[in-house]
Amino acid sequence: MKFQIEEVTVYFPYDNIYPEQYSYMVELKRALDAKGHALLEMPTGTGKTIALLSLITSYSLSKPSNPPKLLYCTRTVHEMEKTLAELRRLHSYQVSLLGTSANYLALGLSSRKNLCINPSVVSTESRDSVDAACRKLTASWVRALAMENPNVKTCEFYENYEKVGSEAILPPGVYTLADLKVFGKEKGWCPYFLARHMVQYANVVVYSYQYLLDPKVAAIISKEMQRESVVVFDEAHNIDNVCIEALSVSVRRQTLEGASRNLSRMAQEIDRFKATDAGRLRAEYNRLVDGLAQRGNLPITDTWLSNPALPDDILKEAVPGNIRRAEHFLSHLRRLVQYLKGRLQTENVEKEGLVAFVASIYTQVGIDQKMLRFCYDRLHSLMLTLEITDTDEFLHIQTICDFATLVGTYTRGFSIIIEPFDERMPHIPDPVIQLCCHDASLAIKPVFDRFQSVVITSGTLSPIDLYPRLLNFNPVVSHSFKMSLTRDCICPMVLTRGSDQLPVSTKFDMRSDPGVVRNYGRLLLEMVSVVPDGVVCFFVSYSYMDGIVNSWNETGILKEIMQQKLVFIETPDVVETTLALDNYRRACDCGRGAVFFSVARGKVAEGIDFDSHYGRLVIMFGVPFQYTLSRILLARLEYLRETFQIKEGDFLTFDALRQAAQCVGRVIRSKADYGMMIFADKRYSRHDKRSKLPGWILSHLRDAHLNLSTDMAVHIAREFLRKMAQPYDKAGGSGRKTLLSQEDLEKMMTNGNIQEMLF
Amino acid sequence: MVSEQVVMRAKYKTSVKDPGLHGVLIMTEEKCVFMPNDPTSTVKVDFAFKSVKGHKFTKEAPNKQALLNLTHDAAPGGGYIFEFSTFQDRDVCREFVGMYYANHGTISWFSIDFARKLSKCGQATTAPEKPVVTVHDEQLSQAEVERRMKLLIDNSELQKLHKQFVISGVLTEAEFWATRKKMLEGSTSRKPKQKVGFKSAMISDVKPMTDGRTNKVTFNLTPEIIHQIFAEKPAVHEAFLKFVPGKMTELDFWNKYCRAEYLHRTKNSIVAAAEAAEDEDLAVFLKQDDILANEARRKIRRVDPTLDMEADQGDDYLHLPDHGILRDGGKEITEIDSHYEQYRRSLAHDLNRHAAVVLEGRPLDAEPRDTRAVAVALRSKKVELSNEASDGTGNQERLDRSSRITEIEDLDAPRDPPIAPLCIKDPRDYFDSQQANALKTLGDTLSDTKPMKHRLNSREAYQSLRESIAEIKSVGLTDPLLKPEVALKVFNGLTQNISSTKYHLGKNPHESFLDNLPNQTKDELLHHWTSIQELLKHFWSSYPITTSYLYAKVSRLKDAMVQIYPKLQEMKESIQSDFRHQVSLLVQPMQQALEAAFAHYDADMQKRSAKGGERPNGII
Repeated sequence: MKFQIEEVTVYFPYDNIYPEQYSYMVELKRALDAKGHALLEMPTGTGKTIALLSLITSYSLSKPSNPPKLLYCTRTVHEMEKTLAELRRLHSYQVSLLGTSANYLALGLSSRKNLCINPSVVSTESRDSVDAACRKLTASWVRALAMENPNVKTCEFYENYEKVGSEAILPPGVYTLADLKVFGKEKGWCPYFLARHMVQYANVVVYSYQYLLDPKVAAIISKEMQRESVVVFDEAHNIDNVCIEALSVSVRRQTLEGASRNLSRMAQEIDRFKATDAGRLRAEYNRLVDGLAQRGNLPITDTWLSNPALPDDILKEAVPGNIRRAEHFLSHLRRLVQYLKGRLQTENVEKEGLVAFVASIYTQVGIDQKMLRFCYDRLHSLMLTLEITDTDEFLHIQTICDFATLVGTYTRGFSIIIEPFDERMPHIPDPVIQLCCHDASLAIKPVFDRFQSVVITSGTLSPIDLYPRLLNFNPVVSHSFKMSLTRDCICPMVLTRGSDQLPVSTKFDMRSDPGVVRNYGRLLLEMVSVVPDGVVCFFVSYSYMDGIVNSWNETGILKEIMQQKLVFIETPDVVETTLALDNYRRACDCGRGAVFFSVARGKVAEGIDFDSHYGRLVIMFGVPFQYTLSRILLARLEYLRETFQIKEGDFLTFDALRQAAQCVGRVIRSKADYGMMIFADKRYSRHDKRSKLPGWILSHLRDAHLNLSTDMAVHIAREFLRKMAQPYDKAGGSGRKTLLSQEDLEKMMTNGNIQEMLF
Repeated sequence: MVSEQVVMRAKYKTSVKDPGLHGVLIMTEEKCVFMPNDPTSTVKVDFAFKSVKGHKFTKEAPNKQALLNLTHDAAPGGGYIFEFSTFQDRDVCREFVGMYYANHGTISWFSIDFARKLSKCGQATTAPEKPVVTVHDEQLSQAEVERRMKLLIDNSELQKLHKQFVISGVLTEAEFWATRKKMLEGSTSRKPKQKVGFKSAMISDVKPMTDGRTNKVTFNLTPEIIHQIFAEKPAVHEAFLKFVPGKMTELDFWNKYCRAEYLHRTKNSIVAAAEAAEDEDLAVFLKQDDILANEARRKIRRVDPTLDMEADQGDDYLHLPDHGILRDGGKEITEIDSHYEQYRRSLAHDLNRHAAVVLEGRPLDAEPRDTRAVAVALRSKKVELSNEASDGTGNQERLDRSSRITEIEDLDAPRDPPIAPLCIKDPRDYFDSQQANALKTLGDTLSDTKPMKHRLNSREAYQSLRESIAEIKSVGLTDPLLKPEVALKVFNGLTQNISSTKYHLGKNPHESFLDNLPNQTKDELLHHWTSIQELLKHFWSSYPITTSYLYAKVSRLKDAMVQIYPKLQEMKESIQSDFRHQVSLLVQPMQQALEAAFAHYDADMQKRSAKGGERPNGII
């Protein structure tokens, strides 16, 4: 359907539209017009992504002279695939209506590992070795060498791509990663470098958060983007955590040992160069006198992750004189590593601010803040000069320099925490120096500054006024949408008692109580015998899940559950989890039915949808609080209290509840879908906890469902499933419409009563 | 033979309801003699087994009589009925009779059983149960015989034909069914055999039992469990194939396996590592399964991209070591004892593996008995499966799936119901039902067909063929090959054509002229029609005659047809004058068909004899 929002003609690839989607688009357009940032919470299962894509692409189609570019950030690669699949549908619809004038280029971007098609490179396992293997074939000096010596291997795909030069372009269309690879194979071009190149010209780029948030990556990938871009962070409820992770580094004993090895190897290299090609080192020295201006002129294959600090924070000045010479720089690094080794040998936990830490480095080993700040760039330059291609061997020294640069750049918002062991396992010594960032706004600040519109959206952004404070920005539009349901297709319940009427909770003193474990088991057992198809369970942590599943296994509850449904479990091994998920879906598809055990805050909870028959019921066992004894968390809480006046308890509850809401929200995808959500913990019945849940869940949480025991929950589940099996009117019947057709929209617009239909 | 002779107390009956006569039944190798207890009785039974056509018996049930009926033409009720006091006695006799048949092979079990059922169900067959004797020259499974029988019972027409030709010996059983292979297949697909999968419960996770007094633990392994162990743990499977029976006995093997299981159960990976270091065979069970890991790597390439979390690992630049927040409690604590890592095994892993195997289904149908055989069979099956999986057609499917998943169903307008493939089981029903429609629109469709140029020289034909090929080359074949509209048009045309013919000359429920005929004539006519069809089908399919077997068959068929021909003639003449025209219209094509067959037969014979003269060794 197509309709007008003010002067913009919106192309929407479906025949009907939810009213929420319409009002979401209206708000979004307001933000784009105002060239400001937006914060929008819209319930899951109301087609947020397609509404967003549809409005923004239509908006840029309506401004052919200067179309804003869309940078769409997803958290994971599989979400990227999903987004591109929706975009493809939208694109073909727009092309079918508008013809070639609607043609635009949209592509996904990922690392070499996901895009490389060179069989000899791709056969290596991890990302780092793919990067290194690629560099071994494509680095500029390797290629120069290959010119003279035909025995030096290069990558044919890159050579082909390089040969056609600027002729190598992607025709308009929507390209997922797989499509890029297919295209690359067809033409014999390297898809990774092609995509990197095309990102500048593409109208829509879908990539992962880090490409914008992590300064190391952003500086090389995203620096060419124009200011008029619209940046979207989808599923952004965790964006503060991503931001602080992007600026945190930790140094362990292994890191330091590896760094020492790296340093001695580099020393050997320097000696070798001195003997054979002293001119190179001198040339580098001269270049450094002029500053680090060479970045940007590097061939595309030579760039690696750039400076971990924000580009603006790097002063445009020359590298300090005392680290310009390669051997001087190495000796500085050696001293730094030595110092860190000394700090690691502590018996007690130490916590320090950055200023004090830098001062202590200066007094102990004589490295000042400015030298620290330039460590990373200086290392980069040195490695290029030494023509080191196996960069994956040098990760340790990179980490140290990364650490040093961050320490040298910032003075507030960070702290150094040195722990001799993990306090959950005090018997194993594992000392670590952690540089942890507490302020999410540091990483995201350049994004807000550089781009005119940044949209942060998710199904759970409650309380919505907290995010502008955490991220330190001023949205022009900040709105939380309710959900209009045709029928009560979600059924949240709070279960406080087990079948023996005793309270259940994952509170620390109760969680390992055999009664609670048994009650949780009975709850699941009763539910799997009532609910068809897929059931998803979320636990508060891996270790808790492991423990409870083991005890269910010993008491035979697991066996009984397996009588009803197949059981799949998320494990720390990503490959195994992916396969388990795939099998889970197949079990649901073939009617066998399955249960999936997963972890809140885990990878599955973050990005996998359990819509329609893949999830008819979600059980959230317990409240997924963070591990409150963690020193890093305590430091962050302290920082939040001092800087933003956010109370510790409030933040912890907010964080736990957004995770819980995120977990249960995966169950519903559209208004035709239905699903139940059980919050199995007595603490959910308390108002202060419950009220932090997003509005769309709260509005369906009836008072009668606030304090249930297992038998009552089973009864409600039966009733609910029976009700959902009945036919219903999709458009919402006589009252408020929950599904608008083209006709409805037009009628509303002519009557001018749009507002009363909306939310 | 079990014994030379069977002597049994029994009652002799002439019919089932007859109270019966007490006496002694003596069965010898050759014959069967019944001596009544009452010497004054005149009843005496004495017959040779050779003359017995078949035997029947009652099912074993508490309140039923134990009867055995030996059918015999000379017997008063069509057979000799004996009642025994117990079923055991009866079974001894029955087996004896059966043994006789088995040795002499004149009567097949199946055909007897078969005939009995036939006669029960067939309305046409008359009261005295006439047994059918067929000689089977093919090996048939019980199931197949049952299927055939069911078909015959369901379809009285087929049954009549079967009776007429197979039993009279014109066609053999095999020939009769050879033309009806489809029917046999159809009936199997209608009732697909459900395979029993693996149990949902993890039975491979054997729990040890302790008797509580000593330190001994006992593991119980059943063939079912072993089968599942093989399926879930390829490494154990491989080891079994490698070690048993060359290196160790099966018992030793499973002893080792259970020992490894026990070690796992204690969850002490350090002990496990130590044990593994001492005994390399044991290490196989204790270490992690490499085969599984490889398989996982292969499978991960085929998962749905919207699920592929593995791809993230490569993308996320935070996966650089030591970046991000290490110890905030959200992350999992991993013990860094990598040396023992390979001896650790988690329940989660086992659960996932188990569920995956259950989902894949049981690879072998047969009931597992011999472990070695199971192991070998499983391997060959696995090779098959992996060959199947390796052809990469999954990509398109993956794409379709991902686009389907991203759709929001209720925003779309309701779609047309999906097209169901046309399935006409009995064309007659369909065409009958379409008669009314056909009459209405007859001519409509036929009139709008394009004028055709009928005379083409070869040049023109070649030209047009080339054009079509060129077109297909440039455009490609459409999918489906035939446009639905065209198919529908052809189908409508056919429907109307056939239905209207039927209407004029067929069995219209309202006004068919066949109904005006006397019932007997009508049945006869239809019966002749089907039997001629059957014969002709076999007749023409045996040409060209390449073997003497076919030669014999053709002459048999011809004889049968020769017999029918005068019957048709006779019918034509005997019919009342008001129907004669119509009947002769119907009979005419049958006769013509027969005549054509005769003519062909004669011509062939002549050629054959002429050739035979020239070349005495020619193929007959």
